[in-house]
Amino acid sequence: MKKTLLNLFVSSCVALGLSSGALAASVGIAWDKAPINLSDNASLQNGAKLFVNYCLNCHSAAYMRYNRMTDIGLTPTQIKENLLFAADKVGDTMQASINPKQAKDLFGAAPPDLSVIARSRAGAGGSGADYLYTYLRSYYRDDTTTTGWNNLAFPSVAMPHVLWELQGERKPVFEEKQDHGHAVKTFTGKWEQVTKGSMTPAAFDQSVGDLVNFLQWMGEPGQAKRTSLGWYVLAFLAMLSFFTWRLSKAYWKDVK
Amino acid sequence: MATFKEVSPNAPAGTKLLNWIDNRFPLTPIWEGAWGKYYAPKNFNFWYIFGILATVVLVIQIVTGIFLTMHYKPDAASAFASVEYIMRDVPWGSIIRYMHSTGASMFFVVVYLHMYRGLIYGSYRKPRELTWMFGCAIFLALMAEAFMGYLLPWGQMSYWGAQVIVNLFSAIPVIGPDLSLLIRGDYVVGDATLNRFFAFHVIAVPLVLLGLIAAHLIALHETGSNNPDGIEVKKNLGPDGHPVDSIPSHPYYTVHDIFGVSLFLIVFAAIVFFAPEMGGYFLEYNNFIPADPLKTPLHISPAWYFAPTYSMLRSVTSEMMYVLIACVLAAGAFAGFKSKLPKPFKLAAMGVALAVAAAMMAIDAKFWGVVVMGGAIVILFFLPWLDNCEVKSIRYRPDWHKYMYAIFVLVFIMLGYLGMQAPSPLFERLSQFGTLFYFGFFLLMPWWSTIGKCKPVPDRVTFKAH
Repeated sequence: MKKTLLNLFVSSCVALGLSSGALAASVGIAWDKAPINLSDNASLQNGAKLFVNYCLNCHSAAYMRYNRMTDIGLTPTQIKENLLFAADKVGDTMQASINPKQAKDLFGAAPPDLSVIARSRAGAGGSGADYLYTYLRSYYRDDTTTTGWNNLAFPSVAMPHVLWELQGERKPVFEEKQDHGHAVKTFTGKWEQVTKGSMTPAAFDQSVGDLVNFLQWMGEPGQAKRTSLGWYVLAFLAMLSFFTWRLSKAYWKDVK
Repeated sequence: MATFKEVSPNAPAGTKLLNWIDNRFPLTPIWEGAWGKYYAPKNFNFWYIFGILATVVLVIQIVTGIFLTMHYKPDAASAFASVEYIMRDVPWGSIIRYMHSTGASMFFVVVYLHMYRGLIYGSYRKPRELTWMFGCAIFLALMAEAFMGYLLPWGQMSYWGAQVIVNLFSAIPVIGPDLSLLIRGDYVVGDATLNRFFAFHVIAVPLVLLGLIAAHLIALHETGSNNPDGIEVKKNLGPDGHPVDSIPSHPYYTVHDIFGVSLFLIVFAAIVFFAPEMGGYFLEYNNFIPADPLKTPLHISPAWYFAPTYSMLRSVTSEMMYVLIACVLAAGAFAGFKSKLPKPFKLAAMGVALAVAAAMMAIDAKFWGVVVMGGAIVILFFLPWLDNCEVKSIRYRPDWHKYMYAIFVLVFIMLGYLGMQAPSPLFERLSQFGTLFYFGFFLLMPWWSTIGKCKPVPDRVTFKAH
């Protein structure tokens, strides 16, 4: 009986492992690893610039204050002079200038707030930043949609390719495969450049990386402070544990 | 009242003060009864730390909860924003919030381990049945507390989790739809639901919890603690009237527990400071999207600590109902033909089995899923009367019992895993197997716990001096 139960368990574990793998593979295209480095202020500042110029027109970041960007090495004056287009005071939150109702009429969906977007998009394919990094680089021309754009990572997405002038137009390369007698188009992972953008592909990837880095940072601006404080807390608790361990040992010597 | 005591005028100020208080309030007797001279077996091991840890987490939850309440807004229009406000603009807000969210999960971690300790060492058995039952009631209250607290951040998973669970109540025949309406206070989860859940989460359920915890401890101190050997230490008293195998909690378990708590705090702080999301298990990614009543997420999964019971709920499909009906009829037939019950009881048992089977055919499987989910918790209350093994502790039970408990743990973990996954035909079968094993483990325990040869139980506890 023991053996049969154990066998059952082992076989169920194997089955579990197999099917969860299958589940992960069926979700969209594979996500690229985003180049996240939250201590790289130059990257975060470039990301902030791109964010304010390209995203903030339609998307708000309503829980994020402009002056929080002092944490990534900017001075309040720098923020005021270079990044404060949509608000009056440096202590204001990042509101979008677009009217949400109008946006919904235009795109069919109100643009979501981006304050915690990187935290919300994590999943089986990787971190939220990985998803955003892949998504922002997966646009292609599609005449059948209302905006004329489509996205491999987010099929029939409402947002057009806002960064298209930088990236240029690209076409995903598919290959035909025979699967159970049907011809199935699968994405090869390769892209074909149709028109040139103002940036080289490498520079574009770098810029999107910076933007995603900024989005990741914005998800929790206090993260760096939290982890650096964490080391002190752990060091204190380790010391405390050492002394409480010796204290306990000293008292328990009496117990025979 | 005890006689008025005098101390020497030359005594230290502390002694004088304590004497002054003791003549007016039984401070010393309370301290000595509760901890100072409370004798506990000296052979406690690793497993005996989780009661104290549960108390520590309770205090963390209450204190951080109070500070969160100062900034949180229980209002559907501003709840999500107020949580982000706490995370960004309130000094130390993110640490306090992470302590509270980590505390919620860690509460279940320590309570599950605490209950497992009771299970393997037979701590629920005579004379500690009430301690166990108060504990089960605490577990129930804790589930209610966690469920209602989970709605408060007002993210997508908060919202749809509450929607799914409150909808379950509508499966109850006759009163169901009205009952779920009463719980929600609206036809969908909304502002009214958020407000009442907030009221329950911050005051009603915590009061019940504190009362139950007091009852749990009073009952425990009446019988004294069990120990890893499952021996009644009170049967062997020393000349001082205390059990020879026991030691006063103070100072021995005081220093012991302080050490245990420091180690626990290392784990706790590591999560709070370095991995507060715990890979999406402690804070789910979807919950960073504000609640949207018009957009149902593709996959709604419960928090990890509800996943095993949720998995059992989901396993009850109309197919599974045939298996369950067969089980009920088989139990009725066994009681009628094979058991040693008196004749009227036999007839009654068969009648009840037939009636239940008929009800199972008449009422929708969804309702029986709710019954199975509730039953998975309720059955724990009966554990003291299900276990017929002649010894308490796993140490002296037949070896094959150890495998039985090991498989039980693995099945429970498997159910937890399945509860968080999207349904699939294979997972459905596995969760059905898991559900049957879970209930079989408890319902057949009166039979299987007697099988096998127990090892001799020593007269004194096993203890190696440090």
